[in-house]
Order: sequence, then structure tokens, then C-alpha cells
Amino acid sequence: MTELNLVQAINRTLRDAMRQDPNILLLGEDIGVNGGVFRATEGLFKEFGADRVIDTPLSETGIVGAAIGMALYGLKPVAEIQFLDFIYPAFDQIVSELAKFRYRSGGQYPAHVVIRSPYGGGIKGGLYHSQSTEAYFCHTAGIKVVVPSTPADARGLLFSAIDDEDPVLFLEPKRIYRSLTGEVPDGTHRVPFGRARIVREGSDVTLFAYGAMAPLAAEAAETLSRDGVSAEVVDLRSLVPLDEATCIASVEKTGRAVIVHEAARFCGFGAELAAVLAEKALYSLKAPIVRVTGFDTPFPYALENLYLPNAERIVHAARNAVRAS
Amino acid sequence: MTSPNPVEPLPYETAAVEETLGPGWAELLRTAYRWMVLGRTIDAHLQVLQRQGRLDFLGAAPGHEAVNVAAGLASTREDWVFPGLREQLIALVRGHALPSYVHHLFSDAKDPAVGRNVPGHPTAREVHYVSMSSVIGTQLTQAVGLAYAQKLKADTGATLVFFGDGATSSNDFHAGLNFAGVFQVPVVFCCVNNQWAISLPVSRQTAVASLASKAAAYGLPGRQVDGTDFIASYRALADALKQARKGEGPVLLEFILYRMTPPSEIEDPVRYQPADWMVRAARLDPVVRLLSWLQVHGRLTDEERDRWQADADHEVRAAIELAEGTPPPPAESVTEDVYASRPYASAGPGG
Repeated sequence: MTELNLVQAINRTLRDAMRQDPNILLLGEDIGVNGGVFRATEGLFKEFGADRVIDTPLSETGIVGAAIGMALYGLKPVAEIQFLDFIYPAFDQIVSELAKFRYRSGGQYPAHVVIRSPYGGGIKGGLYHSQSTEAYFCHTAGIKVVVPSTPADARGLLFSAIDDEDPVLFLEPKRIYRSLTGEVPDGTHRVPFGRARIVREGSDVTLFAYGAMAPLAAEAAETLSRDGVSAEVVDLRSLVPLDEATCIASVEKTGRAVIVHEAARFCGFGAELAAVLAEKALYSLKAPIVRVTGFDTPFPYALENLYLPNAERIVHAARNAVRAS
Repeated sequence: MTSPNPVEPLPYETAAVEETLGPGWAELLRTAYRWMVLGRTIDAHLQVLQRQGRLDFLGAAPGHEAVNVAAGLASTREDWVFPGLREQLIALVRGHALPSYVHHLFSDAKDPAVGRNVPGHPTAREVHYVSMSSVIGTQLTQAVGLAYAQKLKADTGATLVFFGDGATSSNDFHAGLNFAGVFQVPVVFCCVNNQWAISLPVSRQTAVASLASKAAAYGLPGRQVDGTDFIASYRALADALKQARKGEGPVLLEFILYRMTPPSEIEDPVRYQPADWMVRAARLDPVVRLLSWLQVHGRLTDEERDRWQADADHEVRAAIELAEGTPPPPAESVTEDVYASRPYASAGPGG
């Protein structure tokens, strides 16, 4: 075990994976000599060279398109999109190509590409360095979407992403890149996809969260416990595939669900989770499902703290849910 | 296959052809002609079926045969091909079985891609013919990535990527050529300029006079080639592949030819093409040009010409018969191959 922050865990995992498998290579903007704008690839250019840690021209469609071609040939490319806000030039490559290669070729051409991208607000990044638009990608069959919230999960999920046979969008909550540290296993332990993590057990209400919202949900649960409300915190970790069983079992136990994400509410991932709970756990619900989310607005700059969910808003929503029945 | 139209003769004496194509040139040309006849014959049969409502969609390629057969014959087993809409014949020349292709056209249970993609979009991994989407241009950056992998692994193959004149306006044309120039990977960009992107002529696609000249913006050589001339097309492709394999960098080839059909059977080119378009196209029909050269130079008899045509008709008819008797893909296949496995619930029949 080593005490690391989240970005250090990612850096070390990339390094360890690349040491084990010469077919793994990295490509992206400023990831080589510069080590990435968040330093996620620090030191890797020096260790693995320019051929495997590739500084690309400034074109996201070029990065993902090239990564697809590399994967078709049997390499394991891990592409970095510098900010999720800049992924849209590659959207066509991701949803029209990457996600559909296996299907449209009758299984002849699987394309295993991992795309890492920092996402989310809380760093004073404004409209174009803050967004949390995972729902666009979750909507497209053929791609998996995972989001770690701890350094240990970052390592375990990233190893799994690199091992996987399918395309994976690996979203990194940049707000907590350095703000929290944790014990990270030194070995190659994997966190399997499709398994949510119960951060804290409780009996009155379930708080569902992922990424940078998971520690806020845990903080809210702590506050609630002082009021005598027992909140269970579920960190989804993997949005596609979704661990429906854990989500349903938790709500069957608590009878109340608060879903937290920083993305906008309308058609956000919470809408899908709420629908799953309504379809499969309705008779266990004692109160309406509540969503605590970003606003249905562009991401604001000066007022980002108003936009972003915080522990207070989560506590408020949970109290209302408990009070409703 | 003889045409009453006078075609523009291929401008070569025998000695020049021998010099251009090297030893074995005569057999190469005869083989090429035979493949071109097969390609033309497939399209002729399928266009009839399409008009009869027995086939949904067809990206027919009359006019493209010389380039396609040249690419199939100039490439080696180690090379990879990223097609555009009209390169199916390359897969066949590289060894993809005709019945498999026809099963694909009929989207039946024996389509190697299980009827998932629209007709004319075959996948043939066994000959390194990559699956394509219907999005224009996306294959260019993918081809560059694949060529990067070939170079990284120090393999001997190169990558051919095909696209039309319209694709030169796409984002991935720019990104693909730019990446290729920076990374110096073994890729040959083959712009098949059939002068029309659905209804739009090249003059509305770009203000430059030659698409090949766009290569200069990326530090690459660009060349225009008469795409109705098999000999010129073959030589250009063989040279570009050789250069790529030797690590001398990527090339942009612009093959100029005539689209001899509507872009798809749902389009009516009378709305936008000049009235004499098909007459001009017929004068540069690549199949007839090669036939006429072979006959004038005593390399193909009338008897062989007729027999090859009859053989092609027979082969295509047999494949169509086979496909029409094959059931559609099984219902359960609709949810297969979305992911490597299905470890969790997802929406689909019964789920």
C-alpha cells in the first residue's frame, strides 16, 4: 500500500500497465514532454519514449480516430482528452465509430480504446473546463463509462479499463485529483466494472453519487447521522454497466433515494437511475426519488458554487425525503 | 462488353507498358481485366435486383473498377484497406469470397457481419478489409492510427485508405493528413474523385483546382492519376505503397474518374448533372479502355472476352441464388456483439 492522491494513482497505474504490456501506448495533447496539463502522464515520456507516449497535434478527432486504428491492429491505446469539454470534435469517432465497430463488423473488428478525460467543476474552470456530460456517452450502446472517486478505485478501474475488450470512457474527477489521498494497493488489483461500492451503510435513505460527488455524499451522510438520520452512500463507480442489483437492494432496504450528480438534471444520468428504481423498486419506496444536480443551464463561471451540488443541498434533500413519510 | 462508343484509347505502346509494369505485365493486365469484368457484372446484376425491389441499397461502382482492381492487385497480404463507399471490389480481389459478399448484400444469416450494416458496407477481416460506417471521412484518421501501429511493430505492411472527393471537406481529412505528415506513417491516401458528392460537383466542394494539391498543406506529396487508366492507377499505387513501406512517408493520390451511376439508386442525377455526362463518362469507361487496349495489342481474344463475361455472369447468378435462399439473421443476434459479452441487463427483445 502507498498513500497517493487520485492523479498520482492514475500516473502510477499507467506506468505499471505499460511496464507489463508493450502494446499499451498513450496519445494526447501535451501528455509527452510536458507530462499532461494535470501531470497524469508525468515521467512516462522519459521512461517509455516518444513512440509510446505520443504528443499529438491539437485534434481530438485525430486522437480518437488514430487510437481506433491502433486498436484494430492489436495495440492497446489509452487516449487522453485534455478536458471532457473538448471531446466533441471526437464525438463522431466515439459514437459513430468506436462504439459500433464490433457490432457492425459482426464481431470481426472489436476496437478496444480507453479514453481518459478529466471532467467536472469546482476548479474555477468556467464553461469549457468544468462540464460533466457523461450522459451523452452513457446513451450510446457499445461503450462503457466508469468514474472513480478514490485513488484506490482509480487504479483498480483503470487496470480493468485497460484489460477490458470494449471501448471505455474513463472519467477523472479533476476537482479531487489532489484534494484527497488514500491507501492504494501496489499490486495489480482490479476493480471490476458494474460493481457499485457501498461507502457507508445506512437504513433511512440511500445517497447515490459518483466521482467528485461521492465524497460530498459521504460528508452529507455524516451530517445526517448527527441528526439521527441513517444514510447509506452508494458510489456507482461504473455508469455503464450499471450495478442495478446493488442500487435496487439498497433502496429496498432504505425506502428512499437521493441521486446526486453535478451534471445538468434534464436527461442526466440520474434520470436513468431514477427510472430503474421506479421500474424495479417502486413498491419499496416510501418517498419520491429526489435528484440533487447541476442546473439546466450552461456551466457558470462566477457562480459555480451555486451551480454545483454541495453537502448542504444533499442533506436538505435527504431530510425532505425522510420527512415525506 | 464491346461498346459502340469510341473510347479514349490508353496511350501506351507495348514497350512502354512493359517498362511501366515490369515482367509479367501481360498476365497482370489480363487478370485485371477479368476482375474488372466481375466488378462490372456484379453491379449490373445488382442494379436489376435493386430496381425489382429485391435489394435495398447499393453503392454501385461502375467507373471505379480500374482503381479498385489496381489497389487489390498492387497491395500485399500484409497491407490493410480502409474503404469508402465504392471499394468493395478491392475486398474480392484481395481474396474475400464472392458468395460472402453477396450474402452481405442480402443481409442474410450468412453475411459475415450478420446483417448489421447496410448493403455495400462489407467487412472482411481475413483480407484486412476494415469495417466502414456511413459517416464521411472518419476512416482517414483511423487509417493513420493503424499505419502508426504497423510502423511501431516494424511490420512490412502499409495502409490504403479510400475516400471520395466530398470527404476532402471533412474534419478527418484534415486531421488524418496532418497526423500522417507529423508521424510519417506508411499510409497511402486514395482520394477517388468521381467528380460528384451526391449532387455537388467538386467546384462547390473546394476552391482549389486539384485535390491532390491539398497534400502540400500537410507536407506530403500529392499526385493526380487518371483513375480510368488501369496501368497508370496500378503504377501509382504500387509506387506509393513501396514508398510507404520503405518508410519514406505518406502520399495523397487523387484518382480522377467518372461516376457512371446515380450516387445511390434513390437519387436522380438528371437534376444536377450535365446532359452529356454519361456520354463523356462512357468515353473514359475504365473497363472498355483496358479491353480495347488488350484487343488492339493482341492480348485478349474475342472468345476469351465472351467466356470471361459468361463466367462472371454465372458466378454472380449462383451467388445471388444462394443468398436469396438464405434466411435472415436470427433474432437473438440483434443484441450480440454490442460488447464482448453481456454481463448485465440491457434493452432488447425479451430483456
